[in-house]
Amino acid sequence: MEAATAEPVGVVAPRATPTDVVGLGRRRALGFVAPAFALIGVFLIFPALWTLYIGATNFRLTGTAARSPDFVGLDNYRHALEDPSFYRSLWLTVIFVLGSAVIGQNGLGFALAWVLRGVRRWVRRSVETLVLLAWILPSSVVAFLWIAMLDRDGGTVNAVLGNTPGVAWLIEYPMAGIVVFNIWRGTAFSMMLYSAALSSVPPSQLETARLAGASDAQTLRDVVFPHIRRYALTNTLLITLWTFNDFTPFLITAGGPNHRSEILPVYLFNTAIIGGEMGYSGAISLIVLLINLVLALVYLRAGRRRPA
Amino acid sequence: MHRRISRWARAVAAATGLLVIAATASGCLGKDSKTDSGRNAEVKEFSLTIAANAIAGGKNAAGAEWVEKWVIPEFIKDQQAKGRTAKVTFQPSGAADEDYKSKIALDLRSGSGADIYAIDGIWVGEFADAGYIKPIEDLVGADKVTGWEGWSQIPPSVQGNMSYNNKRYGVPAGTDGRVLYFNKSLFSQAGLPADWQPKSWDEILATANTLKTKLPGVIPIQLNAGTAMGEATTMQGALPLLVGTGKEIWSNGKWEGNTPALRSMLKAYEAIYRGGLGDPVLQQDAKGRDKSFQAFAEGKIGILLESDYLWRSVVEPTKGIAKMANRDQVVGYTLIPALGAGKGIRGQDFVSMSGGGGNVLNPGTKYPQQAWELLQFMNSKAATVAQLAGSARITQRQDVNTEVLAKDPMLSFVSTKVLPLTAYRPGFAVYPRVSQALQQATLDVVSGKSADDAAATYQKALEGIVGADKVASG
Amino acid sequence: MTVMLAVVRRIGFYVAIGFATAFFAIPLLWLLSAPFDDPPTYAVRLPRHFSVENFAEIARNRYAVPALVNSLLLAIGTMAVVVAAAALAAYALSRVRVPGRDALLYVLLLLSSVVTGTAAMVPIFLLMFQLNLIDSRFGVVLVLSGGLLPAAIFLLKDFIDTIPRSYEESARVFGASPLQILRHIVVPVARPGLATIAVWTIVQVWGSFLTPFILLRDQGKQPAAVLVRTFYTEGGSPNLGLLAAFSLLYSIPVVVMYLLAWSRYGFRFHGGIKS
Repeated sequence: MEAATAEPVGVVAPRATPTDVVGLGRRRALGFVAPAFALIGVFLIFPALWTLYIGATNFRLTGTAARSPDFVGLDNYRHALEDPSFYRSLWLTVIFVLGSAVIGQNGLGFALAWVLRGVRRWVRRSVETLVLLAWILPSSVVAFLWIAMLDRDGGTVNAVLGNTPGVAWLIEYPMAGIVVFNIWRGTAFSMMLYSAALSSVPPSQLETARLAGASDAQTLRDVVFPHIRRYALTNTLLITLWTFNDFTPFLITAGGPNHRSEILPVYLFNTAIIGGEMGYSGAISLIVLLINLVLALVYLRAGRRRPA
Repeated sequence: MHRRISRWARAVAAATGLLVIAATASGCLGKDSKTDSGRNAEVKEFSLTIAANAIAGGKNAAGAEWVEKWVIPEFIKDQQAKGRTAKVTFQPSGAADEDYKSKIALDLRSGSGADIYAIDGIWVGEFADAGYIKPIEDLVGADKVTGWEGWSQIPPSVQGNMSYNNKRYGVPAGTDGRVLYFNKSLFSQAGLPADWQPKSWDEILATANTLKTKLPGVIPIQLNAGTAMGEATTMQGALPLLVGTGKEIWSNGKWEGNTPALRSMLKAYEAIYRGGLGDPVLQQDAKGRDKSFQAFAEGKIGILLESDYLWRSVVEPTKGIAKMANRDQVVGYTLIPALGAGKGIRGQDFVSMSGGGGNVLNPGTKYPQQAWELLQFMNSKAATVAQLAGSARITQRQDVNTEVLAKDPMLSFVSTKVLPLTAYRPGFAVYPRVSQALQQATLDVVSGKSADDAAATYQKALEGIVGADKVASG
Repeated sequence: MTVMLAVVRRIGFYVAIGFATAFFAIPLLWLLSAPFDDPPTYAVRLPRHFSVENFAEIARNRYAVPALVNSLLLAIGTMAVVVAAAALAAYALSRVRVPGRDALLYVLLLLSSVVTGTAAMVPIFLLMFQLNLIDSRFGVVLVLSGGLLPAAIFLLKDFIDTIPRSYEESARVFGASPLQILRHIVVPVARPGLATIAVWTIVQVWGSFLTPFILLRDQGKQPAAVLVRTFYTEGGSPNLGLLAAFSLLYSIPVVVMYLLAWSRYGFRFHGGIKS
């Protein structure tokens, strides 16, 4: 007459500890992470560190510095920090990230998520599908779609605005072009994330706020934002990092005209492939990484602060 | 607390360890190896691969077709007759030039990949310096190289396009020449002669001004400028003008910096783009060159400086990408004048520039002798004629040129009148970077900087590339 | 008064949605009109001559269909590797608190941006050359997986964190092995998250150009992302007709996959029992 909850004979479940809440066991946990970390170790960490090492040499893909690169230590970094084209690129990247990701995608994504809560199912589905299409279509395709749309002679924008000869948008306003493009391209991710976040706000609290006569803005500020704060930070962190390293604008403006839209990933490409200076671009990669690190730390700090 | 520190210490140690491994591994960054010219010389069965930036149904499709449908089957037959079994494959690519260049650089660097590569003439210097390609005689033996009959048919200047430090690295595959094209019907509407032959830049500018006043909707002259058009700016803009002032971009051990010649060249740009004789916006368009072709074909541009490529592939009546059915009646062409009579290089009244690419051998090839045989085969008279596939183009061989170009007046014109006047780009590894500085200088002028300012900026950039002692200034 | 306000609000509401819809829909129109246009231009217009000649030309191109197949192979291969490895790792990292785990994940996330940039081209090529994995689609899958794993683990771990542990704990008590728990309890609940990661991976791989371009020599192994850049005419101008038609074909598989995944799982970034 064994108790119904007696453990089956012969099996001893490892005790769950505070650091191991389901009793996975050290060895098994290691086994679980092993495949991922093996891949990461060989195909990510090793080449990444190698690239950063190249940043301390004057390695070029062709020419004499390809045959026997010299170790130049911090020369590349000094060159980058004294190079106005690097600072220009950095500044353009900041604008690009702030404008299209932090403000654009975040804002539009949240707005869409908020607004779409209260519409009919089919409207919601269709809008979400369109927004997501922009995100999943491959980069070369969307780049071409926007080149076509902004074309001076036949583009849709100029056709709608009805001016001939049309404005060569990508030549006269390249940064605006790629910022708007990136908002279009990436809003889907934020929208989905905020959709999920909003559905986790307890409906009872929203109901209370409505009954208490709170305006939309007040509801947002006092009820919604506290709940989705964590989601907002995660989202902003991810899209900041992704946008900072996004190469797609190259396919639209190639960093031009005259370097006016040369954000850092494009700058990296131009120095590495067109200029052939692999050492210099390795150094820039490290600088970009450090900037990303600083940004990540800023977000983490902000996330750790407990609301009053 | 000390547990935390020891964990960090472990992390740092691990990272350093990895870095050390990476550093030693990257010792494989530098490489040098010897090719044994006798390797596998006697084998009866071998396989070779030819690589080019061409692909059926896409870029340079004709070239891809030639290799796949003619070179490979014919070579296999040729080898069979000699009692050997050859297996030859074609490795196509259809990428942008710079992407293709990076890719083959990686292949050559690792000593693997195809046996024969098609490359652009201006890459020879930098590839040679990097050890990616070697003089042909180092790979197969000097007597095997000089023994080829083809050299006598290829003019020395054209051979120079695939040479470096006076050693032959590859066999050139054709060449070209630049001329001034003009639209005869627009000219007649503006009252200009159909047999226009300007003798100086001032004449060109005057003609452009006439076009501007008489035909308001037309762009008088298109002179490539800016970085968006890449090498097309240098070859169809900056350099033809520069050699017209009597100076090549490199001469007597020095690169042309902020000199009177260079300033003249930039002043010509200033006159055109500041004087409303050209379209500055087009120069900055990522697709500017394509659009200029389209515009010329539609009769919206009066004068265009371009290579014979425009004649045979762009406005060609049946297969051109911007075809003009009435090309032969409407498109005129003439020699590019120097700044003034006798002011061009070598004291010439007229000038031009030429380029082209060629094929090189991969030093890491397993079958050097056979690869050289294939390379010679690809440049034989029969192969070169087959490559033309009935169209007319200036090839590297003079025997083929005299035969094939007789029917095309423009190409004969280039072959007989332009090639003797022409200049080639210097085969130095740093040339591509100098070219970019030139493009930037023209862009500065088009964007509003004065010619003098642009020249000064260009000088600084040039000094950064080659060192101040190698720059001529004045 | 408030009724008027409510009506105005409603109208404003729908106008806003209208604008949003237009904003997202308009650029897509070219993809629907240009492939059928002969000759095509950058303008969006009802085709002057409706023609499927562009598609016929694609069919004649001997690399077109293999390229699409290659894209599928690379995408599904990478997805399988990433989802499997990331799920295991994210589960372990979520349930077992390892000191420095968060820091490690952030470092990996940052390094992944280095390795997908252009500067890492040479090390990756040389590494694969040493491993004898040049010109191998399997090699491409491995490299792409390495680059995508950190973000995948990051996202999945966040997702799994929100799944309450009570079920797993009770299953432990009944003696189920961790793999069994994973298979029968965690995976079903985590399916939306796994589906999201799967779709995200496929989308990233579908558009990936540089890695396959560098690592594959045989054009027959190149994916569509590389092939689409070869559609230039003899001389070097883009062949708009082929580009448009192929872009359409190239986009269809991802769209289909997304619709399938969404209709079955929906996209969600947190799991757990519905409140």
